[in-house]
Amino acid sequence: MADVVQVVGTDDPVRPLFTAAGELKADARNGLGLDAAALRDLYQKMILIRRADQEALNLQRQGELGLWGQYLGQEAIHVGAVAALEANDWIFPSYREFGMAMCRGVDPAEMLTWFRGLSHGPWDPRKYAFAPLAVPVATQVPHAVGFAMGSRLRGSDDVVLGTFGDGATSKGDWHEAMNFAGVFKAPVILLCQNNHWAISVPLAKQTAGSIAERAPGYGFPGIRIDGNDVLGVFAAVRAAAERARRGDGPYLIEAMTYRMGAHTSSDDPTRYRLDSELQTWSAKDPIARYRSWLQGQGHLDDAAAAAIDRAAETMAEQMRSRLRAAVPAPAGEAIFDRVYERPPGPFIEEREEFEASLEGT
Amino acid sequence: MEPVTMAKAINLSLRDALAGDEQVLVFGEDVGTLGGVFRITDGLQKTFGVDRVFDTPLAESTIIGIAVGLALRGFRPVPEIQFDGFVYSAFDQIVSHVAKYRNRSGISMPITIRIPFGGHIGAVEHHSESPEAYFTHTAGLKVVAPATPGDAYALLRSAIADPDPVIFFEPKARYYMKEEINPSLEVPIGSARVAREGSGATVIAYGPTVSLALDAASAAEKENISLEVIDLRSLSPLDMPTILASLQKTHRAVVVHEAPVFGGFGGEIAARISDDGFDLLEAPVARVGGMDAPYPPSRYEKLYLPDVDRILEAVDVALAYG
Repeated sequence: MADVVQVVGTDDPVRPLFTAAGELKADARNGLGLDAAALRDLYQKMILIRRADQEALNLQRQGELGLWGQYLGQEAIHVGAVAALEANDWIFPSYREFGMAMCRGVDPAEMLTWFRGLSHGPWDPRKYAFAPLAVPVATQVPHAVGFAMGSRLRGSDDVVLGTFGDGATSKGDWHEAMNFAGVFKAPVILLCQNNHWAISVPLAKQTAGSIAERAPGYGFPGIRIDGNDVLGVFAAVRAAAERARRGDGPYLIEAMTYRMGAHTSSDDPTRYRLDSELQTWSAKDPIARYRSWLQGQGHLDDAAAAAIDRAAETMAEQMRSRLRAAVPAPAGEAIFDRVYERPPGPFIEEREEFEASLEGT
Repeated sequence: MEPVTMAKAINLSLRDALAGDEQVLVFGEDVGTLGGVFRITDGLQKTFGVDRVFDTPLAESTIIGIAVGLALRGFRPVPEIQFDGFVYSAFDQIVSHVAKYRNRSGISMPITIRIPFGGHIGAVEHHSESPEAYFTHTAGLKVVAPATPGDAYALLRSAIADPDPVIFFEPKARYYMKEEINPSLEVPIGSARVAREGSGATVIAYGPTVSLALDAASAAEKENISLEVIDLRSLSPLDMPTILASLQKTHRAVVVHEAPVFGGFGGEIAARISDDGFDLLEAPVARVGGMDAPYPPSRYEKLYLPDVDRILEAVDVALAYG
C-alpha cells in the first residue's frame, strides 16, 4: 500500500485512524462501536453481493443478460461505504455499483433488468437515495456535488457519496466537480474505487500522480486507504461523513482495490494483464480476510457462516426465477413514457402513431 | 409600462421567477456580483442573496452537472452559459443527463439553460455561434428562442415553470431592442406567432432573424410583394399548424436562420413542410442561413450572415415557380 497523503490543514478526522500505509489502526478497528451482529452483517452483505455478482455473470453466460460488469474483489468498498452512511444520504454511482444498490435494498432481480435490456432505470432513486447508473465516465461526480450543494442550501444535515473509478479521475468532469466541491464546501464524500484497471489501461498509464494527493489542491483532505478492508472503508467513510455533516466540507477517499474480473462480460483481460497479478490480489481477497478476522474474534462460527451461504443461495435462486419472470413493459411505454413530464403535442402524436403501428403485430 | 430592452425583460422575468418560487436558483459565470457580462442578471444577487443567485467557477460542464444534482434535490435551476460557443464543453451533461435523466429515473429535470446566441455583435471567435440544431436533435429537451422583449419575458417564465429541461436561446444582438411588455401575457412553449401578415410567401424565422425577416417584408412591400413572417419562438416542439396555416395562403416558404444551412434547423422545417404540406407548395422550401464554414472573423460577419437581400432573392426564386 502506498504512503498516506500529506494533507493541507488540520481538520482531518480520517487520517488519524490509519497507518501511513493506509491500514486501519488496531485501536480504531476496535473502537468502531459495531457489535458482533453488526460485524456479521457486513460479512453477510459481502457474501450476498458476491453471490449476486456470480449469479449475474452466469445469467449473462446463459444468454439471459446482454452484459454484466463484475465487481468481484470490490465488495469491501460497496458494503463498507453504504454501511457508514445514513439511509437518506444519497449515493451517486457509476456503473459497477450494483453491490451498493443491493446494500440499499434494491431488488437484485429488478436491478438486472438494466442488463437485460428492459430498462434504463429499474429503481426509483428517491426510494433508495441511490441515483441511477451513470455510464459516461465521471459525469455523475458533478451531480453528487450539486446535490450536496443543494443539501447545504436546504440546511439539511444529509451528506452525499459520489463514487467512481481510477479512470474517472482523468476526466474533466471529475476535476471540475472536485473544484466545485471545494469552492462550495459541499458535504460530499468522493470515493475513488481504485481497482487498478480502466478496461485494459493500467493505473500507471492512467495517471502519473497519486489520486488522493490531488484533494489538497482543491482545498480539502484526501487519503489513500486499503479498499479491501471493509472496516477500514467503513471507518474512513463514516469519519468523512461526520465531518461533512458538521459543515466542514468534502473529503476524497482513494480506496485501493482490484478488479478481479473482466471489465465486463464482453472483455478479455488475458489480452492485457498477467495472471500473476491476479494471484497477488487473490491473496488479499476482502471476504476471505474479513472472514478469518471475524472468526479470530469469535464472531463467526461455522454454523453462522453456513447459514449465510445458504441465504446467498436462496437469494441467487430468487434472482434467477424473478429475472426470468420479469415482464417487459409494452414498447410504447418503454420508449416514450418517461421522456417528458409534460410531453409536447408532436411527441404524443409520434407515440400514438407508433403504438397504432404495433397493433395486430 | 415603459418600453424595456430585451435584456431588461429577461432580467424582470428572472426576478419574477425568483420571487414567485423559492426553488428557483440562478447561477453561472459572473452572474452574481457583476450581474452577467450582458447585465442580464443585474441586481438579482442583491435582492435574492448569494444562496439563490451565485457565481460559479469557470466550468460549463459542471455548471450543468450541478444543475442536475440540484434538480434532484428539488430545486429549479436556471444556469447561464455565458456565450453560445462555450456550451460545447457542457454538451455531454446536457445530452447524456439533462435530456435523459427523467427517462432513466422518473425524476423530472426542471432546468432552464440560458444561452446568448447568434452574431452581429462584432465579437471575437466563439462568441457568435448558433448551436440550436445540436439541441433540437436531442430528445428530452425543449428548445426556444424569443425574438422580442415581450416574448423573452413570457417564454422565460414558461421555460422556468416547465417541468422539463428547456434550452433558452437569447438573441444577443437584440438585447437592446425595446418595446412595452405585458407581464401578464402568457406564451406557452410550442406556439409560434405570425409576426406580420402577408399573402405572397411565408418567411419563417426565429430569434435574431425575425427582425431581419420583418425588414425584408417591409422592403418587399415597396415592390408590391406581400410577405408573411412567422416567428417560431419554439423550435422543439415545433408549431407546424401555424406554419401550415400560413402556407394555405402563401404556398411558398423561406426559412431563415444564422446557423449554417447544411444540417441546420431549416432542414427540419423544410422536411416537415414536405411531409405535412406537400400539396400546399408551389415552390421548393428555400433556406437562407450562414455559410457552411466556421463563423468568420467579425469584419466578415455581415457577408456571412443572412441579410435582407439574400432573403429577398430566395423569395424571388420561390415566386418564380408556378
